[in-house]
Amino acid sequence: MDRLDQLENQSIYILREAYSQIENLAMLWSIGKDSTVLLWLARKAFFGHVPFPLIHIDTSFKIPEMIAYRDKLALEWKLTMIVGQNEAAINAKQTFPDGKIERAECCQALKTKALKDTLSGEGKRYRLSKELGTYVLDHDNTPYTGVIVGIRSDEEGSRSKERYFSPRDKNNTWDIGSQPPEFWNQYKTDFPPGSHVRIHPLLDWTELNIWEYIHREKIPTVSLYYDQGEGKRYRSLGCGPCTNSVCSSAKNPEEIIIELKHGQFANIAERSGRAQDKDIGGLEALRKEGYM
Amino acid sequence: MLSELMNIVFVGHVDHGKSTLVGRLLADVGALPEGRIEKLKNYCKLNAKPFEYAFLLDALADEQAQGITIDIARCFFKTSKRKYLILDAPGHIEFLKNLVTGAANAEAAFLVIDAEEGIQENTRRHAYMLTLLNIKQLIVLVNKMDLINYSEGRFNEVKNEFSTYLGKIGLLPIVYIPVCAREGENVARKSNLMTWYQGATILEALDKLDKQAADEDKPFRMPIQDIYKFTNENDKRRILAGQVSSGSLQVGDEIIVYPSGKKSTVKTIESFNALLQTSVKAGYSTGLTLHEQIYAKRGEVIVLAKEKQPQTASTLKVTLFWLGLKPLSPGKTYYLKLGTSKTKSVVKEITRVIDTSSLEILETASEVRANQAAECVLSLFMPIVFDTVQASPAMQRFVLVDEYDIAGGGIIQGYIEDKKSRLQEHFKSRNIHWVTGEISSEERAKVLNQTAHLILITGDSSPDLRKKFAIDLEKALFLQGKFPYYIGMANVKHSFENLETFINSPEENFHQFCQLLNILLNTGLIIVATATNLTNEDLAIIKMSTNQNNITAFWLSDKSLPADSEFIYLDSQAPSDKLLLHAQKNLNLTSVAK
Repeated sequence: MDRLDQLENQSIYILREAYSQIENLAMLWSIGKDSTVLLWLARKAFFGHVPFPLIHIDTSFKIPEMIAYRDKLALEWKLTMIVGQNEAAINAKQTFPDGKIERAECCQALKTKALKDTLSGEGKRYRLSKELGTYVLDHDNTPYTGVIVGIRSDEEGSRSKERYFSPRDKNNTWDIGSQPPEFWNQYKTDFPPGSHVRIHPLLDWTELNIWEYIHREKIPTVSLYYDQGEGKRYRSLGCGPCTNSVCSSAKNPEEIIIELKHGQFANIAERSGRAQDKDIGGLEALRKEGYM
Repeated sequence: MLSELMNIVFVGHVDHGKSTLVGRLLADVGALPEGRIEKLKNYCKLNAKPFEYAFLLDALADEQAQGITIDIARCFFKTSKRKYLILDAPGHIEFLKNLVTGAANAEAAFLVIDAEEGIQENTRRHAYMLTLLNIKQLIVLVNKMDLINYSEGRFNEVKNEFSTYLGKIGLLPIVYIPVCAREGENVARKSNLMTWYQGATILEALDKLDKQAADEDKPFRMPIQDIYKFTNENDKRRILAGQVSSGSLQVGDEIIVYPSGKKSTVKTIESFNALLQTSVKAGYSTGLTLHEQIYAKRGEVIVLAKEKQPQTASTLKVTLFWLGLKPLSPGKTYYLKLGTSKTKSVVKEITRVIDTSSLEILETASEVRANQAAECVLSLFMPIVFDTVQASPAMQRFVLVDEYDIAGGGIIQGYIEDKKSRLQEHFKSRNIHWVTGEISSEERAKVLNQTAHLILITGDSSPDLRKKFAIDLEKALFLQGKFPYYIGMANVKHSFENLETFINSPEENFHQFCQLLNILLNTGLIIVATATNLTNEDLAIIKMSTNQNNITAFWLSDKSLPADSEFIYLDSQAPSDKLLLHAQKNLNLTSVAK
């Protein structure tokens, strides 16, 4: 059993545990490479089906290709696609790109708050209609009690301290000081009413593993990760205004793998193009409040 | 083979330098992103803190403020031989549950001892935990050698003292290495300051560790995680899903599902975006379809008919460690999770409690406190399937859940035969010999538009009241388009009494009742059954006989529900229409099987 097999089979086990044990389950799909691998693993776990909804938090600043790619795959793979956003902040232009607030506050409003409200059902949810091919208001506002998220421990310090099944209280707060033990494939799956759980099946994957797996499985990924002839590509995807592309001529997963192993990025952190991580402890503070 | 990965854990007493060692190792093998150390050094300067390699791992704000590790950190690095996932565990006693989280899946452990301070409470405790977690490869690092002028004498002193302790708990380390994390002595390079030491550096010792073989050569075991049928998406397959914990299986193999004993043969091994498979082995998350459609459920275990069979019992002798804030106490109910099964259990007896640091045995302890180990006898509500040491290791380990939290873990050492285990044996042999037709329970459910369900009505109310209520309920369900069938235990009594003596003992009567319920439920009907004063024990036996999840058990009475009762209370004084409504609210009758 090689490393990718080992990771794949462990992640599938975690996904199936979540589906069997958590009542109202959903999966976050940021359209990036990690959560797309997660989606692919779900199709493997459930033999071609994805038996829970996928949630995308649309900050309205995502790069347009990401949205087109999302809807194309959602229809092709028959996904239950839910989109949520912080409409109030976006409409009032209370955002960082509009110059009204600081970057961290913007992440807090457009991502963390939008996510909280979409999960709880307090915010509007839009569902992709398989018949119409467009989004319609979803009248189901049952709170989700479990959400599957594609974070990896090698991305950043506070993520290296996570659990596969990570409980959150009513306010989505992450109590890092007293996380539950988990061992021998036994996870915390019993919760008092009102709390919910984040499930992290990709915790043990590295950036390189992700690309090796995309290459092995031929997983369709958004074109922004590849050089389109301009000598530039994105290494990590977020909101347009806060994510920088990197200089690279890698045109496919295979070339990215070579670049990660031996090239210019062999020693540079993946999220170095993500502005909200710049301060030490910056992401931890965001994550304690409920950020991914 | 570079794609090989090994899980390693660093343990030891608080402040003995685990995080510093791991940080130093990462820095020396070039596993850190460019600029990471400079960034951290700048940050330390700005905040007027001395730079520590430990900050590379102690990423949380609280950890840096207090200078201790609170939770395990996962980090990665590779050598020319293989890749490593290193788990840096906290040394503080308060965080022992985090240590277990990090150490339980490790293939080898590095135990760090401060050369100056020597062996401390948690040095011993962590070593003891490693034996309970069955981690066999241990390397001891005597750190901070700079503080004792790299003295060979002091190194040997620590080594000899610790060897004595490890001898007592049956752990034999591969090697003791004198190191200095801060200066990088014997971390990734050989030290010039300790020429008296000729052994391996940490890096060399890592690459010499043995990769643990998967349990492929053991008997086949697959705990059922779920049963999938995605009929509404036009998928007709009925897939039994799970991760193989040991052994291997081929298409065409005869299987037995434990504990029910139902038999079938493997038709296909299912997968998505992969080549057609004809065999599957330990470690793989897979899915099986079967030729004979037997009823099976999460928590049961698939084994091969031709191999060594697992054990089934409801009274277990175990060794366990406790992590819970509330002590483990006799008489209290805990959920025992083993594989994918989850069973109510009670601590029947605490045989002895062991202090994991001093190894002192507390024979008279009446409870097991956090960070203690113990030998206990557990009594389970239903028999479970497990293995003893010769078969599948994963089927020997369990955790205990106290309310909502995993509060302890342990190993099954043996079992004691009891009434339930003897009955389970009987039901299993009944099921093994049972010949079924070709119609699956799902197909029946589809035609009847109902899933088989047992509604039990018992309690201390008058038999007439119970009978009337059952008959009303049967009628109400029938009028709703269901197929119910009412049967009282008294009917069974008269059906099966001895033709010569006209005698049928209460025990025989109950046994016949259980058998009949099993047959009736196999037909796909909703059974409304009445009996007098059933106990929790009786309910467990009915569950064992029928192998059903779909049971709703009511207690009809004008007094309150007995303590710890598994039944749902119905007030016999309530008007009959209200009673019916209340009962139906508690019935979770699904239209078609999931």
